[in-house]
Amino acid sequence: MELLLQQVMAGLATGAIYACMALAVVMIYQAIDHLNFAQGEMAMFSTFIAWQLLQWGVPYWGAFVAAVAVSFVGGVAIERILFRPIHHAPVLTQLVAFIALFGILNSSAGEIWNFTIKEFPTPFGRGPLFGGHLISTHDAGMIVVTVVILALLYLFFRGSRLGLAMRAAAANPDSARLVGIRVGWMIALGWGMSAAIGAVAGMLIAPVVFLEPNMMLGVLLYGFAGAVLGGLSSPGGAVLGGFAVGVIENLAGAFIPYFGRELKLTIALIVIVAVLLVRPSGVFGRSVVSRV
Amino acid sequence: MSAPDEIAGKQSVPFEAAEARVGDRPGIARAGSRYLWAVAAAVLAALLPLVATNFVLFQLTLVMVYGLAILGLNLLTGFNGQFSLGHSAFYGIGAYTAAILMDRWDVAYFYTLPAAGAVCFVVGFLFGLPALRLQNLYLALATFALATAMPQILKFGPLEAFTGGVQGIVLIKPDAPFGLPLNPDQWLYYFTLAVLLLLVAAAWNLVHSRSGRAIMAIRDHPIAAASMGINSALYKTLTFGVSALYTGIGGALGAIVVQFVAPDSFNFLLSVSFLVGLVVGGVGSIPGSIVGGLFVLYVPNIAERVSTGLSGAIYGVILLLVVYVMPSGAAGFARFLAASLGRMRQSRLNRSVGRSP
Repeated sequence: MELLLQQVMAGLATGAIYACMALAVVMIYQAIDHLNFAQGEMAMFSTFIAWQLLQWGVPYWGAFVAAVAVSFVGGVAIERILFRPIHHAPVLTQLVAFIALFGILNSSAGEIWNFTIKEFPTPFGRGPLFGGHLISTHDAGMIVVTVVILALLYLFFRGSRLGLAMRAAAANPDSARLVGIRVGWMIALGWGMSAAIGAVAGMLIAPVVFLEPNMMLGVLLYGFAGAVLGGLSSPGGAVLGGFAVGVIENLAGAFIPYFGRELKLTIALIVIVAVLLVRPSGVFGRSVVSRV
Repeated sequence: MSAPDEIAGKQSVPFEAAEARVGDRPGIARAGSRYLWAVAAAVLAALLPLVATNFVLFQLTLVMVYGLAILGLNLLTGFNGQFSLGHSAFYGIGAYTAAILMDRWDVAYFYTLPAAGAVCFVVGFLFGLPALRLQNLYLALATFALATAMPQILKFGPLEAFTGGVQGIVLIKPDAPFGLPLNPDQWLYYFTLAVLLLLVAAAWNLVHSRSGRAIMAIRDHPIAAASMGINSALYKTLTFGVSALYTGIGGALGAIVVQFVAPDSFNFLLSVSFLVGLVVGGVGSIPGSIVGGLFVLYVPNIAERVSTGLSGAIYGVILLLVVYVMPSGAAGFARFLAASLGRMRQSRLNRSVGRSP
């Protein structure tokens, strides 16, 4: 029982990383209807910017806010410059553009800041929470921040005119345009917000996985898995999905004898696929019905 | 707009429609010129070993291998509208089938190709069954799971007696048979070329058959296809199997050519490069797949040569440029060129005939 609890808590801590990323993934999916494969690299780049500011002597929260702001502007700029011209291209073409962006960001970060592993500070401290050894204060802080962002997003999308406009632009671009919403800028705004959330995620994840250009690849993929498991149409579902992936992965590693440890990611993915077979649009997702 | 339609791309024109649009000339002449091009390309490819060095031949052999793998993906994604990030796994299964047969049971290399194809067909068909319930990104995740699982399964302890574990398997390059005056590189080039031509012809016939039209109908409008009496489930799973078969034979050839298989070379990134090759070559185009193979093999090398540190960035920039210039791939670009050439010729013809329309 002790072991089970410990493994679940450890899973929640890893899951918080995935949940952060899953949230950013779903945000951009809501805004542009595509998965952004370069999301992790954008977050990594933002984290490097924060790290650079810290090296220059900027205090933590100053660097934090600056990195989030720069990421927001950067996200909007990437949409305006790179993706607007191919807005009407086939989905696969856009996917390849994401892969190109991935390569550009990853390789430039390696060239500017090189590939040695760097430490990134945490504002929450690294001690164990409540004196126990189950979960550290940083993990707890990460979970809290994820939940707070989720709540803020909920309020933004449900309670503000801008949030409503963004939802309309994503749900039905043509009708949205007819009622006077500038759909193009809503998409750009969605990119900016998801880049900003990605930056927060990156800065929370970096103290755990250490800062280096390839730090986000694994995180992003399991963040995707979490987002898909929860359902791409539901931010709350994505966060829960992220936590679930972390917990399943840890439990599989700890409790399935013989090959559990070696194949734990495989097992986690098989579980996710099995869940999807029962709920093809994710656990909390709505299935899309089309009129013929 | 229905979902699979979006995946295959709004700009991917079905073959017949493209032909009708390109030529104002009669269909037979158009088809004739297409055969002419194919024969010319094959003859050129057959003559290359007379002038090219062994290393260039080795690279071109790999181009054909990747082209074959991309053709497999194309049959699934381009023609049937199903998405896959898992084709590195089928490529890996094909490669390991060939390698294990040659290494553990001394099977001759040419017998390993049908074996690899058969194994991959079965695996692909079985994977196609759960895939029936999933669409788009959800299918992408399921196939991604397959791609991630494959290296781990290949490294898995109890299977090490067959797979060689992390070390992989080293193979011996086959010599030319019947005392042909060819070195092993030249022979493998011809062997791969022959296999490629055979499989391309088969794919061509498949997509131009009744079954091929059914496969494409499912991509273009699944609901209409089903109401026309097409057995969607059967065709989708069979297409998954055939697609895996092509990619698996590509993998087997790749193992023979590279003489080495190791678990980590069949990872998710290989799937991504197949996808890049598919889009660059042209979604839903058979010759485009070979162009995709050229891109997948050569462009990373070129990027590496321009700058080692920034190779990823240069690769990305090249990729973006290609996407901007040819949003529907090399095949779409060729179609566009042919169409404008045809229009130019037509207007010149009109003028010379006597200005009356």
